[in-house]
Amino acid sequence: MSADVQLDNVWIRFGDFVAAREANIHIQEGEFFSFLGPSGCGKTTLLRAVSGFLDPSEGRVLIGGKDMAGIGPNKRPTALIFQNLALFPLMTVWENIAFALEVRGASKAERRKKADELLELIALPDQGEKMVSELSGGQKQRVAIARALAAEPDVLLLDEPLSALDLKLRQHMRTELRAIQQRVGITFIYITHDQGEALTMSDHVAVMSQGVIEQVADGTTIYDRPESAFVASFVGENNLFSGKVVEATAEYAVVETPSGKLRGRQVARDGKTQLAAGDDAYVFIRPESLKFVNGNTFDNQVTGKILHQEFEGNFWQVFFDVKGIDKRVKLSMVNDGRSISHDLGEQVPLGFNADLAVALPIGDLAAE
Amino acid sequence: MTTYWQNFFKKNGVALATYLLVSVGCWILLMIILPQLFMVDFSFRANVPPPQWGTDAHYYTTQHYNYMLYGSAQGQDSYNFVDLSVFGRTILAAIFVTLIDLALCYPVAYYLAHVAQGGWARLMVMSLIIPFWVNELLRAFAFKIMFGSSGIVNNFLIGIGILDQPFDFIRGGVALYAGLSYAYILLMIFPIYNAIESLDKNQIEAARDLGSPWWRIHKRVVIPHTKPGITSGCTMVFMLTAGALAAPQILGGPSSLWFTQIIYQAFNQAGNWSRGAAYAIILLATCIIFVLFVMRIFKVKLGEIAR
Repeated sequence: MSADVQLDNVWIRFGDFVAAREANIHIQEGEFFSFLGPSGCGKTTLLRAVSGFLDPSEGRVLIGGKDMAGIGPNKRPTALIFQNLALFPLMTVWENIAFALEVRGASKAERRKKADELLELIALPDQGEKMVSELSGGQKQRVAIARALAAEPDVLLLDEPLSALDLKLRQHMRTELRAIQQRVGITFIYITHDQGEALTMSDHVAVMSQGVIEQVADGTTIYDRPESAFVASFVGENNLFSGKVVEATAEYAVVETPSGKLRGRQVARDGKTQLAAGDDAYVFIRPESLKFVNGNTFDNQVTGKILHQEFEGNFWQVFFDVKGIDKRVKLSMVNDGRSISHDLGEQVPLGFNADLAVALPIGDLAAE
Repeated sequence: MTTYWQNFFKKNGVALATYLLVSVGCWILLMIILPQLFMVDFSFRANVPPPQWGTDAHYYTTQHYNYMLYGSAQGQDSYNFVDLSVFGRTILAAIFVTLIDLALCYPVAYYLAHVAQGGWARLMVMSLIIPFWVNELLRAFAFKIMFGSSGIVNNFLIGIGILDQPFDFIRGGVALYAGLSYAYILLMIFPIYNAIESLDKNQIEAARDLGSPWWRIHKRVVIPHTKPGITSGCTMVFMLTAGALAAPQILGGPSSLWFTQIIYQAFNQAGNWSRGAAYAIILLATCIIFVLFVMRIFKVKLGEIAR
């Protein structure tokens, strides 16, 4: 069984501090949904409201269409995987996994059978008799997932469960988590500050900042069509030019910046065009969309002085000082065997097309 | 081994290393080993006045142990029911007091460690500790007054109509159990508190999230984790209660004798140091054996208690 989760105008306050503000989200049943945001943005708070450890100050949490008000975490059809996993160290692996069944009064044989099935699912057969402390980080991870799945939840909640693992294992576990989700078919709600995790695994991502949900969309939309300056600066890398809008249509906006007039796409928010002539605005362009002009024509052109370049094997990262911008402008290009034919300190024309740039109203940016 | 000592001296410097060795050595030898050895030696000797110590009259004998069992120095005709029953009652009462303390302290310790927050928790700890700044004897007398026939407890119970005449809490042993339970309550609370506090809160939440009712969370998660603390607290309370003297002396009813009072009488009233020593050794040995036995049942290792 799987269920949808609905946050209906949820506010969560701790005294004067607002941890979550007017959260409205509908998470479809069976999807992999991520909350992405920097630490302290309120994503864990929302997760705790779904799991029942916290009551919203205002608004409703609905799971499978049922209002969860007054229903404790032990009675909700959710299971939570903690950031530190919180496996029971004094129980064996199989006892950990079968704990939810023990609670329901299942016989020992029944519990053992279910535990063995789940051990099979997480590819740890015959490890049931071990103590938790004898497992490696990745194995503990999988046991925590199995323990949560044993409760047969409609919704599985994951609170940054991969953050303690090293990079390699984390990347491996991403694929594995996604595969497990597709196998069991229940709704996963995943909390992370790692955009790589959110983008690779999720059907939909909600980007959060300071208690506010900035945007809910699938990964490519979040990346290519960020609706706010925060999302544009938090997800992926972006070069930023700021200025005033001099010309705006529903599709594009032209922004007068110290580096020149730049054209970028408008991104509608809640169905409304965001920029009009005279507004303060940012133009964002991804490093991979910024090019050396090299005789081609581009909608937008700026001139930059090459500061330094980094060779990453498959990529070249080139950094420029562009007139009117404090921060270095970054250009990424695939290493296609041709070396860069420019010297350090040289002034080089750079270009990008308006379709790949976004123009957004000014707003809070993600901290570096 | 020699390299260990060389390193020990190198690490701490000669002065500090010598000080540590001498002070710890003196402590162990003078305060622990010698007095106990002296008592053991005494318990196996005939009871003679000090001028004859070391003479032939001060011979080795097991008569005091025999007396404890059979009520006479040599004979084995009948058991010494008086002393044995006091002994048995003391052990049972100590177990009882330990269980009362455990029942009282576990919830309090849990509350302090996982529910109470910041200032409130500190206030609670302070209000637990401060009463113990008062002398033990004064506290015992305070209990005697409280539980007296015109004390606050009787007045209250009569006032709300539960009793129609004062109940003799002293004779009933209630005052003694209450006083003893209170006397060592901190020794129960703090080991349990320390153990519970080191439990990751997420484990409790995880169990709850998996559908567990509160009692099962305690049974399966909190208590197994806290077991060393519980054992440590129970051991201390049991040992000290069984060996308590002041509280039974002051709060005990006329008919209830504590085994330590018999030891006290042997030393101070009967002038029979040897018998007192023998009885004290019996009490000590029984307590140690009992504690080790209980630890074995609950599968706690000695090293865990010290954590």
